Amino acid sequence: MRRSFPILVCFGFGTIMLAQFFIPSKLSTGAYNEITNWVQIIYAFALIVGVVGLIRYHLSRVSRRQGGWFFNLVTVSSLFMMAFLGFVWGRGDHSPFMWVFNNMMAPMQATVFSLLAFFVASAAYRGFVARNIEAFLLLFSAVMIMFGIASIGNSIPPFSDIANWILMNPSMTARRGIFIGVGLGTIAVSLRVILGVERTYLGKE
Amino acid sequence: MKCFFLITSFLTFLFPQAFAFELNVSDQPNDDGTRLAIRWDPLPPDELRPIDPESYLLLRSEESDGEYIQVDIVSSLDPSREKIDEKLTEGQPYFYKLVYSDSAISWESNVAGPVAPEENWYNTARTNVLIGIIITAAFVGWFIILGKKGKSLYLRPIAGLNAMDEAIGRATEMGKPILYSSGRGKMERPASIASMNILGSVAEKVASYGTPLIFPNNDPVVTAVAQEVAREGYTKAGHVDRYDPDNIYFVTDSQFGYAAAVDGIMIRERPATNLFFGTFEAESLILAETGNSIGAIQIAGTDSSIQMAFFIVACDFVLIGEELFAASGYLSGDPQVVGTLKGSDYLKVIIIILILFGAVVGLLNQEWFVNLFLTA
Repeated sequence: MRRSFPILVCFGFGTIMLAQFFIPSKLSTGAYNEITNWVQIIYAFALIVGVVGLIRYHLSRVSRRQGGWFFNLVTVSSLFMMAFLGFVWGRGDHSPFMWVFNNMMAPMQATVFSLLAFFVASAAYRGFVARNIEAFLLLFSAVMIMFGIASIGNSIPPFSDIANWILMNPSMTARRGIFIGVGLGTIAVSLRVILGVERTYLGKE
Repeated sequence: MKCFFLITSFLTFLFPQAFAFELNVSDQPNDDGTRLAIRWDPLPPDELRPIDPESYLLLRSEESDGEYIQVDIVSSLDPSREKIDEKLTEGQPYFYKLVYSDSAISWESNVAGPVAPEENWYNTARTNVLIGIIITAAFVGWFIILGKKGKSLYLRPIAGLNAMDEAIGRATEMGKPILYSSGRGKMERPASIASMNILGSVAEKVASYGTPLIFPNNDPVVTAVAQEVAREGYTKAGHVDRYDPDNIYFVTDSQFGYAAAVDGIMIRERPATNLFFGTFEAESLILAETGNSIGAIQIAGTDSSIQMAFFIVACDFVLIGEELFAASGYLSGDPQVVGTLKGSDYLKVIIIILILFGAVVGLLNQEWFVNLFLTA
């Protein structure tokens, strides 16, 4: 029962969601909207479980004085501080909550995002070493596209034309091949889950 | 101007067909009975040709001579010459007309209607998708049956999955943990489900070796599922005592907050092996490059073709395309799961034949074949 009931639920809802794609009626779209609302409700409850788990995890590390316990303390303190600011002063445009969000959270997230530029540079430096003919082709394509898309190269017709050709032909061909593979894999996984063949995600036997 | 309008109006009265501007309304097919499609002849109508207005008002009423309300503004430059009126009542007849008026001229089109929106119970424009799914299901189902019967099915070697044992063994030898990430995908995504299936096999193997498995998570639902899957893997290996629920935990649902947290874990814990399986976005390279900088062996697989390129540059092994979805069958060896992979492989053969045939038909300038694959 512990396993057959979830499989039955999966089969039922999987079949309903598959069928609604082909049925445009009010009943079908209503059922779709209702089910997606349920997903949101489940997510909200799961978020509570996640936050409780997060507090438990970090507090246990603080209490045991494990390595880096100070960072755990900062995490838990920040969590409670944001909740306190939100509950007491609300989340209006000029609230303390939004001040912290705009002046601390947003810059920190932007900082991590901006690291991507340096990581792209280091990955490209390592990946574009022309060890063999395939690596040379990769290097050549990358250089052409970089020149073709950059503002200077874009004004020089050969670079922009070559870059466009590479993007629209070999690159697009390879991507579509991957899309077909991903699409088939997605259908196969969905069918395995709906039919109950795939059960690993259910956990306990 | 008025003279021209009077003349054209008089001629229209005498020869209605020659000057007729047609406004048509019809039920929008394949919908839930709340939409009508309104189409019109090229603008401007002959009567308004000298002034050629830029825009007209589209009006709607529930009675032919009742009160009309404005639905939309129609541009004379709109090449589609069509508007879809939405949020209507099913079964209620509607009338439409186009109007233009200024200080000098007032013009109205014919009244189109009455037409009532009708509810449809089958989307005919998606018949090709239905046929595709039936063919796919038939292939996959057939090979699942073959797998159930115990027929041996060959699967081509997948380098990234073959390297899994080596990667886990390396972490064990070095006495360092393994870091697992399923990215930012929610549980309903097939890539996340595939990731959980791989996690089950990985957990079973690390349980045997006693290697710690760290899985910082981006989604609370995925966290709950991952804890159950990992516990199951440890149980299967007979070492449930080695399972530490504190190693699989929710971090944050913020994208770059998650990237920063996982980077921090990598720098502090120094895992020997990083496994990235699931849906990744911009954080993919941030994670993979940090993993590369600490010298971890890295295996990745994602359903995003853009992030796949980043992983290919920064990781040692990458699962491409459907290999991510094949992984659970490959690792577990479950004949039923392997059967679905064989079904997918045969479907790829059919798709390749269709592509080749489509290329030939396309060269012959025959569009009917391409139209077979259009959907709405």
